[in-house]
This record gives sequence, C-alpha cells and structure tokens, in this order.
Amino acid sequence: MESIYNKMDKQLVFKIDEDIDECCAQKIRRRLDNEIERYMPKETIFDFSNVTFMDSAGIGLLIGRYKLINMLGGKVKIANINTPVRKIFEMSGILKIMPEVRDKKKEVRYE
Amino acid sequence: MNNIYDNEMKIEFLSKSSNEAFARIAVAAFVAQLDPTLEEIADIKTSVSEAVTNSIIHGYEGQIGIVKLFCKIAENEVFIEISDTGKGIENIEMAKQPLYTTKANLERSGMGFTIMESFMDEVEVESTLGIGTKITMSKRIKTNNKEENFAVTAVRREE
Repeated sequence: MESIYNKMDKQLVFKIDEDIDECCAQKIRRRLDNEIERYMPKETIFDFSNVTFMDSAGIGLLIGRYKLINMLGGKVKIANINTPVRKIFEMSGILKIMPEVRDKKKEVRYE
Repeated sequence: MNNIYDNEMKIEFLSKSSNEAFARIAVAAFVAQLDPTLEEIADIKTSVSEAVTNSIIHGYEGQIGIVKLFCKIAENEVFIEISDTGKGIENIEMAKQPLYTTKANLERSGMGFTIMESFMDEVEVESTLGIGTKITMSKRIKTNNKEENFAVTAVRREE
C-alpha cells in the first residue's frame, strides 16, 4: 500500500493494492490508522484502482476509518472502484457517506 | 449432453484466515469450467469468503479447527457447502439480519449473510450449538455462449 500526503490541501491518499478480506484487513487497518492520526488530513481518499476483491471485512474496515476520520474533522472519498468490487460498495451503502471521486485529475493530487 | 459438466471437489483446511483467499480462489478455479462471467465469479468468490470467514472468526473463534469445503456442479448450477465443527449459531434468524454482528469490536460489518443471500441464488444455514455450522449455497451460471462452446469442444474432440 502506498500513501501520499499533500500538505497544501491537507489531502491524504491511500492506494490500496491487495485483496481486502478478514486476513489482511487487520494489517491494513493498523497502517491506515497510523497515517491518519499522524497527518490528521482534511480529506482522505481511498484509491481502489488496484483492488480486485473485497468482502464484508472491507466494509467494516472503511466504516471504521470513516468514524475515526469523521471524529478528527475530516472527509472521506473513494476513487477508482473496479467492477468486481462495485457491487459491494453499492449494496452496503458506503458511497452515501463516502462519495466517489468522479474527476480524479481535479480532485486527487499525487505528488 | 446434460452430464458433460457434472463434477465434484472437496477440500479441507485449517481455520486460518490466510486460507480465506485459498478457498475462494480454489472455488473460482473449479467453477471456471462453467464459463461464468466476471460478475458471477466475483459473486461466488465473495460469498465463499464470507462463509469461510464466519467459520474461522465465529465458529472456531481463533482456535484451530477444520473447515470443509465441498463443491458440486450439475449442469449449469454450482452448489457450495462450507462446514465447520465450531460453536454453532445461537440464533440463525438474528445472525442473518443485515448489520447484526456479535463481533463489533473486530469491526465486523454484519453484512456476511446479506452478501451471501444477495450474491447467490439460494443460501441455507444449518447450525447446532456446540456441534457446528453448515452453509449450503447455489448459483445458476447463465448459459449465454454455451452453444458456441459446445461446438468448439466438439470440433476439438473430432480432431
């Protein structure tokens, strides 16, 4: 997993690059919480371009992070959802609280 | 022609969460012979992952036990049976409720059964406290391009 912090916009981008199931959710969680607490970003974006599998552990993981970021006064967005995982996002209602980034170039700054 | 695809497979593995990926990939590879769409494969993989995770997290609660996985193909339908000899489910109806979880502290979302029920055609849960849990699910794979495939196979056989 790669994380990029943009100081100017206080934007933190996580590029997750593995399957999200119970097995690796705990590992990802520790890493995410560390960085979120370190940077206290105004906006956090989870980039899913390299995620081709996610089950309900991923829903739990995202909702947990959402609660933490929300508590710290930040916003959460999701980018680049692949077809195989889109169904999970749609049925769980996650996109209602964490909107999908439409125009990636405009909103996500990798620097 | 109707028995061409009939097939079965069985796997047993330890209740370690590193086996979740193994289980769903094995089932996906087995189901591949029915020529499913990417969406059908994703549905099956996710459902297997949910059932296996339930056995590991809830059935055995971190103890080491054996998870049994049995798959059967009959015509264009796949049947998957996942069972454990763990602690069993106290109230199946409650467990099936969306967002209901007994392990909120582990950030479980309580969506496992909801996902299985909406991704598979049929899901059945049998469970006895102290004996274990068995989940049986099935999904019919749509047969859009099957005619064509049969023709190709037939030609190859003749060669």
